Amino acid sequence: MENLNIYVPRLLDSREYFTPGQRACQGCGETVALRQIMKSVGRNVILANATGCSEIISSPFPQTAWLVPWIHVAFENVAAVASGVEAGMKALERKGALPKRNVKVMAIAGDGATADIGFQALSGAVERGHNFVYVCLDNEAYMNTGIQRSSSTPFGAMTTTSPPGRMSKGQKTWKKNLPEIMVAHEIPYVATASPSYPFDLIRKVKRAVEVDGPAYLHVLAVCPTGWRSAGEETIRLGRLAAESGVFPLYEVDQGKYTINLDPGELKPMKEYLGLQGRFRHLKPEDLEYIEDRVHTNFEKLRAKVRMTSEEDKASRKATKQKPKKGKTAARSKK
Amino acid sequence: MSKRIGMEVSIAVAEAVKLANADVIAAYPITPQTHIVEHLSELVADGDLDAEYVCVESEHSAMSAVVGASAAGARSYTATASQGLALMHEILFIASSMRLPIVMTVANRALSGPLSIWNDHSDVMASRDCGWIQYFVENGQEAFDHTLIAFRVAEDPEVSLPVIVNLDGFILSHMIEPHVLLDDEEVARYIPPFRPVNRLDPDNPVTMGDFAMPEFYTEVKKSQEMALRNSRATIDKGWQEFAELTGRKYQAVETYKTEGAEILMLSMGALGETASVAVDRMRDQGLPVGLVKLRLWRPFPSDDLLKALGGAKKIVVMDRAISFGAAANPVAAEVTSLLYDTEPRPCIFNSVVGLGGRDVRVEDFEAIVKKAMQGHSYPGPVGDYDLIGVRE
Repeated sequence: MENLNIYVPRLLDSREYFTPGQRACQGCGETVALRQIMKSVGRNVILANATGCSEIISSPFPQTAWLVPWIHVAFENVAAVASGVEAGMKALERKGALPKRNVKVMAIAGDGATADIGFQALSGAVERGHNFVYVCLDNEAYMNTGIQRSSSTPFGAMTTTSPPGRMSKGQKTWKKNLPEIMVAHEIPYVATASPSYPFDLIRKVKRAVEVDGPAYLHVLAVCPTGWRSAGEETIRLGRLAAESGVFPLYEVDQGKYTINLDPGELKPMKEYLGLQGRFRHLKPEDLEYIEDRVHTNFEKLRAKVRMTSEEDKASRKATKQKPKKGKTAARSKK
Repeated sequence: MSKRIGMEVSIAVAEAVKLANADVIAAYPITPQTHIVEHLSELVADGDLDAEYVCVESEHSAMSAVVGASAAGARSYTATASQGLALMHEILFIASSMRLPIVMTVANRALSGPLSIWNDHSDVMASRDCGWIQYFVENGQEAFDHTLIAFRVAEDPEVSLPVIVNLDGFILSHMIEPHVLLDDEEVARYIPPFRPVNRLDPDNPVTMGDFAMPEFYTEVKKSQEMALRNSRATIDKGWQEFAELTGRKYQAVETYKTEGAEILMLSMGALGETASVAVDRMRDQGLPVGLVKLRLWRPFPSDDLLKALGGAKKIVVMDRAISFGAAANPVAAEVTSLLYDTEPRPCIFNSVVGLGGRDVRVEDFEAIVKKAMQGHSYPGPVGDYDLIGVRE
């Protein structure tokens, strides 16, 4: 224990910027993630927070859990608010009204605020190229309002608006793939992360902050209240999500894919889903369907890693050059 | 710099934003606001205005972005109309509650449906209670002047509230009118640098926009209401200082030929100029008619208006929007409740004019007044108003 006390502060900022005393549920994965994110970002940051769990647990007037400047405006507009903060700081620093100190801007939002109601604002803000980091804390439903389904809720999950019944298996649709949608915006950096892998998460936050332009982090936030899981299983569930391939840990840096945790053989779906009451009603054939689709998606991801690898790029360049030469030769003959 | 220059009113408004040296402009195109934001884009592109121009993907994001920018301490501006204002609606209330001194031009346009790009006041009346200071301007010079006045008043630490400058779409926004502009030095003297009361600063972290349980919400609303009511002193100061700088005097309520008038018309915005021509004509005919123009809509200038309307036997209130199913239309409702306690209580008539770009002519005002001179019912039945020019 003594050794750990010496070792850990070297890896991490010992100061807290997201302080204890906030009102999250027991075992909340989102707050573990926020604590790690803030340790990684430090104090030279302005946060914009969408309405949702992270906002409501941290800012009951007249109290606050934030030791950094923080603004909450509404549910669907956090990316636009962050883009305004970024534009404001940029103008003030350029015009000499504020000293140049490269203040970071970070937006924090849940999956509903990102995948559903705030999707347009997010797409607009990253398309405009603002230099900011957008963090989606994905607990896979509208937990703050009482566990209603979002487009980020996984297939088969029970929520209060996707209840299983005689005519339903729970959530009817497959989880919207937000990280890939952000990759399609061709922004400098996109990554998935999980507080179950703190050093991976912390490194990714640092990288997201470092790149020039918009960066998107999609963080899995295990929610015992909504997932009907035991509070003490939160960290384990985060690991199982990555190891089963349900929530692969990967990053896309300047278009180049890297899988940060490839377990080789993916863990059986039963291990991950079995710990969560929200999947209790599923039948073995449902698990089989989910497992099949998860494995296919993981293969696609591996293929993207190969396609964007340096060797692959080099070989494509080589094959490209040959016909090019031929073409110019043909043209010159004409 | 007192040269009169002919230019489109929208261009003059954009020039005022440039002179105010705005830091952030976030806007989304909507007719008839477009010429303002197009000209601002040009000013930024040419380096004539050093600002971040954020081409947002919607008006909701336009308002959200200027909220963020203003919270960061930047002088922030946006412009919109109609559906755009409706889309911003949610954030308007948050901006005023957060006491962010954003300035916005609304080129007033009818709300859909049916879709209409033309002028009336239904857009701003639907956002009437958003807690912003609201001016209505009558001509291009007023639009230019009030864009500057808006920044001066909004950012005053005694006020720290957002301001809407309403100008009638097309009727005003697209007119070429003579303007007397100001130079940078004059404007710098009039509008001091923006020193926000609070801003997002890593050295002095604040939490903005926290949520309130029932034991705090009422107090927050009370303080917001007091801030808006108390802003009146600074609004008057803003006009007074502007008069000292330019010689152009403004006040919350303007009167035209009200001396000895038995019947008064009350109008807002560009209607005032047409109505004053009608007053001239009727005065020539020997009719005791005058005109009262409301320049300040929020905070409502009750005392000024009571003074201006006092003594008139009959008052005709012009509304440019319908408040569907209400006891009276927006302006008439306000004026009626204001005059309830006056002795003797005047007869109040309400005319709804110029919906969705319907032209309002001098003859219309004459007809409205002449009808009111014969009428004597007060209080009339609920919803008893004239919809001028409607084909039935």
